[in-house]
This record gives sequence, C-alpha cells and structure tokens, in this order.
Amino acid sequence: MNPIKQISFTLILVLTSLSISAAINVYQFDDPVKKERFYNLIDELRCTVCQNQTIAASNAGLAKDLRNKTYKMIQAGKTDDEIKTFMVERFTDFVLYNPPVNNSTLLLWIGPAVLMLIAFIFLISNIRKRVSTPVTEIDAQEHERVQTLLKQKKDGNND
Amino acid sequence: MKLRALLPLLAFLILVVLLGYGLTRNPKDIPSPLINKAAPAFDLPAVLNPDDKVSDKNFLGKVTVFNVWASWCSACRDEHPILVKFAKEHKTTIYGLNYKDQRADAIRWLGIFGNPYIASAYDVTGNTGIDWGVYGVPETFIIDKKGIIRYKQIGPVTDKIIADKILPLIRKLEKE
Amino acid sequence: MIPELGHFSLILALSLAIAQAFFPLVGAQLNKTRWMAVAKPAAHGQFIFLSIAFAALTTSFINNDFSVLYVATNSNSLLPVQYRISAVWGAHEGSLLLWSLILGIWTLAVSLFSKHLPPAMVSRVLGVMGLISIGFLLFMLFTSNPFDRLLPAAIEGRDLNPLLQDFGLIIHPPMLYMGYVGFSVAFAFAIAALLGGQLDSAWARWSRPWTTMAWCFLTIGIALGSWWAYYELGWGGWWFWDPVENASFMPWLIGTALIHSLAVTEKRGSFKSWTVMLAILAFSLSLLGTFLVRSGVVTSVHAFATDPTRGVFILAFLGVVIGGSLLLYAFKAGNIKSAGRFSLFSRETLLLTNNIILVVVCATVLLGTLYPLVLDAMGAGKISVGMPYFNYMFTLFMLPLVFLMAIGPLTRWKRQSINDLLGKITIIFIISVLTGIASYFMLGTISWSVAGVIALFTWIIGSSLINLYKRVENKPNKITALTTIPLSFYGMFLAHIGVAVFMMGVTFTSHYSEEKDIRMKPGDSLDMAGYNFQFEGATEVNGPNYRAQQGSIVISQNNRKITTLKPQKRLYLVQRSPMTEAAIDASLSRDLFIAMGEPLGNGEWSIRIQYKPLIRWIWLGTIIMAIGGLLSISDKRYRYKRKRLAS
Repeated sequence: MNPIKQISFTLILVLTSLSISAAINVYQFDDPVKKERFYNLIDELRCTVCQNQTIAASNAGLAKDLRNKTYKMIQAGKTDDEIKTFMVERFTDFVLYNPPVNNSTLLLWIGPAVLMLIAFIFLISNIRKRVSTPVTEIDAQEHERVQTLLKQKKDGNND
Repeated sequence: MKLRALLPLLAFLILVVLLGYGLTRNPKDIPSPLINKAAPAFDLPAVLNPDDKVSDKNFLGKVTVFNVWASWCSACRDEHPILVKFAKEHKTTIYGLNYKDQRADAIRWLGIFGNPYIASAYDVTGNTGIDWGVYGVPETFIIDKKGIIRYKQIGPVTDKIIADKILPLIRKLEKE
Repeated sequence: MIPELGHFSLILALSLAIAQAFFPLVGAQLNKTRWMAVAKPAAHGQFIFLSIAFAALTTSFINNDFSVLYVATNSNSLLPVQYRISAVWGAHEGSLLLWSLILGIWTLAVSLFSKHLPPAMVSRVLGVMGLISIGFLLFMLFTSNPFDRLLPAAIEGRDLNPLLQDFGLIIHPPMLYMGYVGFSVAFAFAIAALLGGQLDSAWARWSRPWTTMAWCFLTIGIALGSWWAYYELGWGGWWFWDPVENASFMPWLIGTALIHSLAVTEKRGSFKSWTVMLAILAFSLSLLGTFLVRSGVVTSVHAFATDPTRGVFILAFLGVVIGGSLLLYAFKAGNIKSAGRFSLFSRETLLLTNNIILVVVCATVLLGTLYPLVLDAMGAGKISVGMPYFNYMFTLFMLPLVFLMAIGPLTRWKRQSINDLLGKITIIFIISVLTGIASYFMLGTISWSVAGVIALFTWIIGSSLINLYKRVENKPNKITALTTIPLSFYGMFLAHIGVAVFMMGVTFTSHYSEEKDIRMKPGDSLDMAGYNFQFEGATEVNGPNYRAQQGSIVISQNNRKITTLKPQKRLYLVQRSPMTEAAIDASLSRDLFIAMGEPLGNGEWSIRIQYKPLIRWIWLGTIIMAIGGLLSISDKRYRYKRKRLAS
C-alpha cells in the first residue's frame, strides 16, 4: 500500500469507525417498568453499523434511530419479544447480543457445560487410575536428580 | 507417541483453517434477511418534487434496482458515476432511496453528479431505511417483477459487481 | 537520518535474533559449549539495538518529524510531549516495536538472572525466545515498518487518536505487553524442557517466578485497560467482552491456571505434561490475541487499522510457533512420567479442579469470541455473541471456583480427611451463611443473589484467616511466628482476598448502580442515590489541541457540599472528533460519574449522572491480586542470586 493511500485509509477508518463521545439521550417515561425495559433492551441490541457497540453506547445515526424506534415501540405497548422480532426481521440475529438458542447456536450454549462434564469425568477416572498404580522408580531417581540441581539453593539456605 | 497427544495439534489446525477463512471475510457484512421476501411497504415523497410519491408499488411488473444513497455519504460519491453509466448503457429501472438527507443537498448532488434514478424516495426520518434493514449506505437491492427482493449489495457497487452479479441476475429475472 | 538509524538497528537486531536462536538451540542439542555461549551476548546485543530503534522512533515523535509516515499519521505538532512519546505505541507499527523491545527486556532479564541454571537449559530458553523475536522482527520489517518515510514530508501530522491522549493509555499497553510477552518466558522454559527431556520439579521451580511475574503485569495491564474504558469512553462500563478484551483475558485465565499447576509440579512433581501444555497455551493465546487485534477477523472497538497481508503473516507465524510446539509436545509428552500419587480428595485434586474450571472458562470465552466466525464459515448466518452470554457463562463457572478457592489452601497434599477439613471450616461456613442471611434482612433492598455473594465474600476472607491462624496455632509466640511464614503463603493469601474484593465490586456495581440521562439547564438539580446534583452551566475552555465545553456540577449530600465536578465535551481540532471527558468523584464506597452529552440550546445540556457503588473494589481487587503475585515471587526460595553472592 503506498503511503498516501495508507494515510487516507487510516483517516477513513478513524472517521467512520469510532464513536467516542458518549451517547446520552434523554427519554421520558411515566412508568419505571417501561424505563427499565427500555434500558435493558438497548443494552442488548447491537448497532449494526458500529465496530462493536450496543445501540445504547453508540452515537452513530443508526444507533440513535434504533433507540428512538425502541422507545416508540415501548411507549406503544409492544413487548420485548415483539421489539426484538422487529429488529431481527430487518437486521437478522446479528442485532442480538444475546443469541437465541436454536440449532445453529446449540453448541455455543451447551458446549461449555459438556466440556466441563467431560473434563471432570476424565479427571476422576485419571485420579482413580493413578491411585491404583504402584509408585514407580522414576520418583526416586528424579528426586535425587532434582535435589542435585537445586543443591546450591540448599547450600545457601542455612540461614 | 500417543495419538491422544496429537489432539491439541489437531484442534489448533482446525482453528488455523477457521482463522484463515476469517481473513477472507468482512465480519461486518450482514446478509439481508429480506432476500426472497416481499419488498417492505413505503410511501414517500420524491426528492425532486415533494408532490410526487414513490412507493413499493412502483416496483411491480418490472425488475427494479433500488439504490440507497445520501449526499453526506462519501462512498456514494465513488459509486455514483458507475450507476449513472449503468443507467445509460442498460435500460434498467433504477429507483433511489435518499436516506436521512437534506432535500436541498440531495437535489444539488443530483444536479452535479447526474441523476440515474427514475425517482428517489425522500426518507428524511430513516424509518423506511430501518424497514429495509439499511445499516451502511450505499446499499443496493434488486427486486423482481412480483416485488420480491432477490439480491442485496452492501457498500458501493463496482463495475465488476455489475458485470458479475447484477447484470446476470437482472437478465435472469426479466425472463421469469 | 535518525529513522534510518532506527531501521538499521532493527535489521541488526534481527541478525542477532537469528544468531540467538540458531547457535544456542543447535549447540544445546549437539552439546557444543561455544555455540551455546552465543546466547547471552546475542541477547544483550539484540536488546541494545532494539533500544536504539525504539529511541529513534521516540526521537522522531518528539521532534515532530513528519517525514516519517508513522509519525505523520499518529502525531501532531500541537500534541503535548507526553502523548508524543506514548504515541510511539499508539498504533500498529509502533506497538509492534514496543512488543519487540519488551521481548528484548524479558530476554535480557532471563540471561541476567539465570546464572544458577544448567547452561543447556539457559541456551535453549534464550534460543526459543530468539525464535519468537525473529518472527516479530520479520513481521515488522516486511509488513509494518514504523520507520517508513513519507516523501515529500507532511507539513502537519494527522494527530493521535484523541481516545489515546490520556494517562491510562500511556501505561496500559506497556503493562499489557509485559504480561503477554512475559508468558513467552514460561513458554520458552516449557519448550526448552521438552527439547532437553528435562521436565521435573526443578524446571517448575525455575519457570514459576517468571510466570507469576508475567501474570502480575497482565493482571495490572488488563485492570488499567478496564479502568481507562470506564472513565474515558464516557458510558461508565468497565468491561464489555469485546473480542479484544477477551483476547487479553484468555491468556490471563490460562496463566492463572498455570501458576496453580506449576505449584503442584514444583512441590509434588505431578501434572507435568499438563503444566507444559498450559505454558504453551498461555503464550499461544497471547499470540492469538495479537492476531485477533491486528487482522480484522473480528469486529472490535479497539482493533488496529487492519490490512489483510498482516493477518496472513501473523497467521503463518502462529502456525509455525504454536503448531511447532504442539507437534513437539505430541512427540515428547508421551515420555513424561508424572510422579506423586494422590487420592481423590486432596489438594492436588482441588488444584486440578481449579485448572479445569479456568481452562473451560477460557474455552468458553474463545468459543463465544469465535462462534460468529464459525457460523459464518458454515454459511449459517451472522450472529453476535455479547455481554449477556459471557456474563451468564462466566458467573455460572466462576462462582463454584471461588467457593472452592477458600477450601483449597486448607487441604493437604496427597490425602485430606473429610472430617479434619470439616473441623476447620464448619464454623466459617455457618458464619458465612448467617452473614448472607443477615445482610439480606438488614440491608433492606438487596436480592438473594447479592446476599449469596456477601456470604461467599465472608467465606473466602474467613477461611483465609483460619488458614493463617492454623499456621501459627502451635507456636509459642503467635505474632513473631507470623513473620516466619513464607512470603509465598502471604502471596496466595492476598491474591485470594483480591478475588473476593473484586467479586464484591462487580456484584455491587452491576446490581446497585443508578444512572440517569437527563436534560439540565443552569440551576436545575437532580436528587439521586442520596446526593443532590446541581448544574451550574457550561463554559468554554481550551486545551493545547482541543476546545471544550466544560460543565460545572455541584454535588451535595444532606445540604453539605461535597465537591464540584467539571466534565468536558471536547472537540479535537485536527481529527475533528468530539470526545466525552467524564468527571468522577471517586471513593472506596462509591463513584459519582458525570458525563456531558449534547448541548440542547439556551444553555441546556443532556447530562449523564451515575452512581456506582463499590466500583473501585474492582480495580482494588486486581491490585491486591497483583501484589499477592509479587509477594510470592519474593519468596526466598527463588532468590538464587543473592545467596550465591553471599556464599
């Protein structure tokens, strides 16, 4: 990449990708429950045009529009699911920071627990096996070798 | 050597393949959920003449290219001459969606750079944009004769994309 | 001239790195003393040339030499001098140079503090570190040379990204890199031990202080990053599970597992192949982090400007380093005999459990970070995995770990009788549960989950104290006996308490934070969380390279004024970007956080006011953990050098 091109490339990146001023929007609610739902929702919806920000955190135009849309839908009495469906229909599951459980996300959701289970089964069987094997001679040999290696430390340890 | 000891290496190689594949992708491209669905309804005033209306009904009966643009969008400026040329060379119906723009700016823009559109809908609030799942301008949709969305291009259209994807698709859809 | 000097030094450093890798590694294999002897001088020379290169780039920044492309893109003549220096590592090329320099520092340190080690071991360790250095220097010289010229020179620089013009960003990257790169020492020791077939307690003892040291740096580095995000990004969050944050957290998790596993290998000679694996993994994940941050494979707020050729290069490098070491592992690990038998209930088992949980949590973070890529690769659409997923998984796995953390240090090696353990902890357990219940009823608004965390907190502190008491129980003078306990015990003691403090901070901040985004005109006031916030209006102030609107908010409690906060909304002149500079009144019990939004006309502003209880405990906890780490390194059994001098 030639230098000038690189400069303009970096420049574009800086201008488009960073929304570094806090997105602060004043929304009025009469109902504290609605207010809480609103803030929870915009914290879980992804600003599709941003680098990796929620629509709550971003100052991008689209994030503002989607915040306003969410606000209007909440005020109009829509449920959280209806609002999420509305967003998913337009922007796919990509807008949800909390991915839904379905066939393609099954591994994501149960993978960690399965892994944990396998690891523990492996651990327990391994320890059982270990308990039943007799002590090998390696232990003694190695002990001696290690002691020689660490000897000077012992020498100095007479304080 | 135990085979089990090779497992970490194997897992790592899979990871490398995955990451290598990732290098060829743009993580920000989102496929449109609207492909093969009916074009979302809208009814907006036209940019050039507020009394004229542009709506999804305009798309029925012919294959339409629907291009989302704005005068504030720098990538649109790169794309625009290509669209103008495309409109001249091929008799394709191109509509525009002028997204979150000022009318005066948009008219000036069309005046300077040319107007490839039959008409541009004036979406000052961005609501129609949301319904169409617009998140990065410019975007370009291709809609078939029945008003079904068949293709979406995110980011500027290039000559190559027109030659490789857009034209062949339009030809195919016109025969349907 | 100076940039060319820097460039030339890099080339010399590369030649020395090649010498440092080739001769000692081959020499150790063939038992050629002279070849092995190349390691130290080469390492020292490499360090000197890397320092010259780094100094050259710094000089170009200080002198505003905009004929250097990297300087022109990341600095400006109006930029205050401390940021001109920190701008050296403000973007991709320079941060790589910092990375290489830090690798040089660690290598130098290993060569200086390893006089007591067998020559073959030292040679191999330095050789492996030389190999790593070759990779990074090649990467820099071929794809990311910070000394590239811009001809004709720019008249003015593009300025440093305003987000990075901040104290936190001066120290965060060096600390983080000290951690990442520090794991290369543990890695090099592991590879050296595999090559030499010498995996034993001695190996564990040698590599343990290095690992702990790197872990301390990484802990502080991550904490600094989170602290910076908290006050600088203006939304008051401290962790987002962004891919780049995850990239730094994964090596930390494995590093933590490694510290514990090394303890077993050192003291009991067990888990050898497992420990080696962790040492390889910790550094591999550091490298993977480099790839994620610099390749553009994942979308992140913090990523560097990316370029596909860089991605290909790092991936190839990853393949060689990690693939090579895993292959070596596959060949050698089978021969490793682990000593030390232990029963199902013993300290060994608990430490293994610790390891398993940490590794699974790390795997989960990796899974969540890369899952969108996996689905995309299978053509199954795009998804996002974010905060809700990670918070859920993390809490699910970490709470049991924290619970066991209190028991682990109280159990015996080899075999622990259940009754004996119960005798030690039953009272503490009951006290903890009662504390939880009491806090639920006495503190009024708290939920059961928070009460549970309070119980857990008591549980950790209580059992740690019990453990301390058990150490001096039978001594005639308990106070003087405290001074005879090894420092490494106090290290562990503090590190565990740090975890408890951190956990309290996270819990209270996430449950009891209050936040309001409101519209205020001069004279307006807001009552929140027992405080009164009065907006006095905003005035214009000018910085060296920005203009700002500075709000003034008087905070009082019970009609007594506490402080005046002055948050700013800045506009940086060169990059024309607006920035929120939050103002914070910090204390151990709570932070009051104020950020300016937008001017709404007629002196009105949208303002964000936040009350964040115990948020300082989050960073306090991490500092305590790091101090714990430092204490355990200071344990006298690691002090070889001084003893040799004494004798």
